[in-house]
Amino acid sequence: MQDNRQTRVVVGMSGGVDSSVVAYLLKQQGYDVVGVFMKNWDDKDDSGVCTATQDYEDVAKVANQIGIPYYSINFEKEYWDRVFSYFLDEYRHGRTPNPDVMCNKEIKFKAFLDYALQLDADYIAMGHYAQIRRDADGTVHLLRGADANKDQTYFLSQLSQQQLQKAIFPIGNLQKPEVRKIAEQAGLATAHKKDSTGVCFIGERNFRQFLGEFLPAKPGLMKTVDGAVIGKHYGLMNYTIGQRRGLGIGGNSNSSQPWFVIGKDLQTNTLYVGQGFHNPHLYADTLDGSQVSFIAPIEQRGLKFHCTAKFRYRQKDCGVTLKLSADRKKVSVIFDQPARAVTPGQEVVFYDGDECLGSATIDHAYQQQRVLQYV
Amino acid sequence: MKHIYLDNAGTTPMAPEVIKTMTIAMEQTFGNASSTHFFGRQARKVLDESRQIIAKSINAKRDDQIVFTSGGTESDNTAVVQTALARQHEGKHLITTAVEHEAILKPMKYLESLGFEVTYLPVDHDGLISLDDLRQAIRPDTILVSIMTGNNEVGSHFPIHEIGQIVAESNAWFHTDAVQAYGLLDFDVQADRIDLLSTSAHKLNGPKFLGFLYRSDRVKFPSLIKGGDQELKRRAGTENVPAIAGFAKAVSLLDSAAKQAKRQKFIDLQQRLLEGLQKNGVEFEVNGGQRPDKLPHVLNLWFKGCPALPLLTNLDLNGIAASAGSACTAGSIDPSHVLLAIYGKDSPRLNESLRFSFGFENTVAEINYTVQVLAKTIKKLKRG
Repeated sequence: MQDNRQTRVVVGMSGGVDSSVVAYLLKQQGYDVVGVFMKNWDDKDDSGVCTATQDYEDVAKVANQIGIPYYSINFEKEYWDRVFSYFLDEYRHGRTPNPDVMCNKEIKFKAFLDYALQLDADYIAMGHYAQIRRDADGTVHLLRGADANKDQTYFLSQLSQQQLQKAIFPIGNLQKPEVRKIAEQAGLATAHKKDSTGVCFIGERNFRQFLGEFLPAKPGLMKTVDGAVIGKHYGLMNYTIGQRRGLGIGGNSNSSQPWFVIGKDLQTNTLYVGQGFHNPHLYADTLDGSQVSFIAPIEQRGLKFHCTAKFRYRQKDCGVTLKLSADRKKVSVIFDQPARAVTPGQEVVFYDGDECLGSATIDHAYQQQRVLQYV
Repeated sequence: MKHIYLDNAGTTPMAPEVIKTMTIAMEQTFGNASSTHFFGRQARKVLDESRQIIAKSINAKRDDQIVFTSGGTESDNTAVVQTALARQHEGKHLITTAVEHEAILKPMKYLESLGFEVTYLPVDHDGLISLDDLRQAIRPDTILVSIMTGNNEVGSHFPIHEIGQIVAESNAWFHTDAVQAYGLLDFDVQADRIDLLSTSAHKLNGPKFLGFLYRSDRVKFPSLIKGGDQELKRRAGTENVPAIAGFAKAVSLLDSAAKQAKRQKFIDLQQRLLEGLQKNGVEFEVNGGQRPDKLPHVLNLWFKGCPALPLLTNLDLNGIAASAGSACTAGSIDPSHVLLAIYGKDSPRLNESLRFSFGFENTVAEINYTVQVLAKTIKKLKRG
């Protein structure tokens, strides 16, 4: 990197503590820091005030404390077209999408990156818990954040080499409590701000109600795999494979074991349920995925190799063997041990030690070569 | 980095003479102008002298026709809401234009919610209304016509004298929002048959949070702010005497000749900017037409094919302060209602225009630098 003062970093500031500390640390290191607030979703609270306004106010306060200029940019249209439409589409097809993965790929590291480049950015930075390693030849590798509990490589796994080359992750080497401490010591206005939870556009609201505003819920029958009708469901989109809560059925006389979602049939609009956390229908030995994307070149590993994977966020890695198609656009992932509730629409993310290699989107899960009825 | 301020329609820096006057007033005249003791009388003297200077500046018949307010917004709110409430038994119809400041449009909306009827006159490509439209809109129950003197976004200059004569033939009172024009043009409220006139001190190198509302003798209204009997019961609250002294100073610095010189300077700076852009091959058009009588401190440009937001941000990162529409929630830009009224909602101008507005401190060198940055940035953004 050249002289820090000559290096412009455009920081995506959300008004939260993580991106506040990112901006603060970069400024401390002497970079030419510019803060930009992204407004991706138009939402109003009960009193009609735009919820983004409070966040923007916090960005303004922190940026002034740090002594950097700050601006805002509206990506509501881009977010709707490239993230939210995909999100609804996936639900429409009975899958469980991951809008945060798409948001990084299409908004934060595309629309925002493009905008930052228009402001002559050398790099962009946000409050992600992840790390970057740069090879001598300029190739970048994505590494897990030092805080295992906060690691966000799962959501960054679809980014390309080009996208990540422009990124720096100033808090990726820190633990979350350290980040809060830095904010406190610097007296940043957001030091004690609560972390945001859930998908950004849904926030604290009831998910089923939110989804119902956009997609008509088609109620149908809840059955066992043997065809016994157990109850009714509110629409397949409201259920995720492996889910226990919210089924509205207790144990019956045969067994006191709780019920779980074990499958969906979109054609007949049937939700399949079964008893027991370890219900055999929930276990897959193989999955296949598309949208395969690797961050750094992996040709030297060949088309078949062993590594570890997560098929949902905040899960322990499990051992897998990847079998890539010749064009590397599709992948079969064979689990060392059968895996529970592999969910179509979610990402399967590949790791080699601390390095995040890339990911694919889960299309189907299999048990002994039989496809599990998950969509 | 040098900083260049080209947002003088937003606010202006205080003139050094104003700062000096205010400093002296703060040091020497702290009394409450309503008090009957020595300190109160001292303050009252400064207040009276200031009011005289200001009354004279618009050829008001008497000093007590000047009501000091917290600024343009309060003057506009008072002129619209308080007079409408005072006259509602005579009629409930008001007339204004589509390109007024929010300080007029929002009170009008408020009145509509109370059951008043408002006619919004459309504007042509010069940002001006048709006088025939105005004549036709006036009805026996029209109680107020509120038309700005000069527009804050594109600088269009309304024919206040003619409008005053038209309104004078009706039952309505005539209010003009002179916030942008007061520091640039000569006013004669008597000859122009103006009943109410709003101004703001900080647009002419005076202090912020201060303005006045002129009212003709026939205009009576209760104070918007309820409290003491200050300003002949037309505006409650202790007068900010040092600021008012500064306002009067700013006004006295702007006699006819000074205003003429200021206008000429801004015309020259505009010319310099436009020629510079042409020479550098920048594609642009002046929004709101180029009538010679426009307010010369405002220059609104459409940079064809170049998005306004990154352009504005790039200018700021290069030390140049301009403006695009009005900042809204979460800092993003709301398309200007003025450009919308002139060009329609589908015009690319709504997202590709910037406003530059000049002040006494601007130099030719600053304009040259601005041209260079604009040319370079627009080239970059159009390529990208």
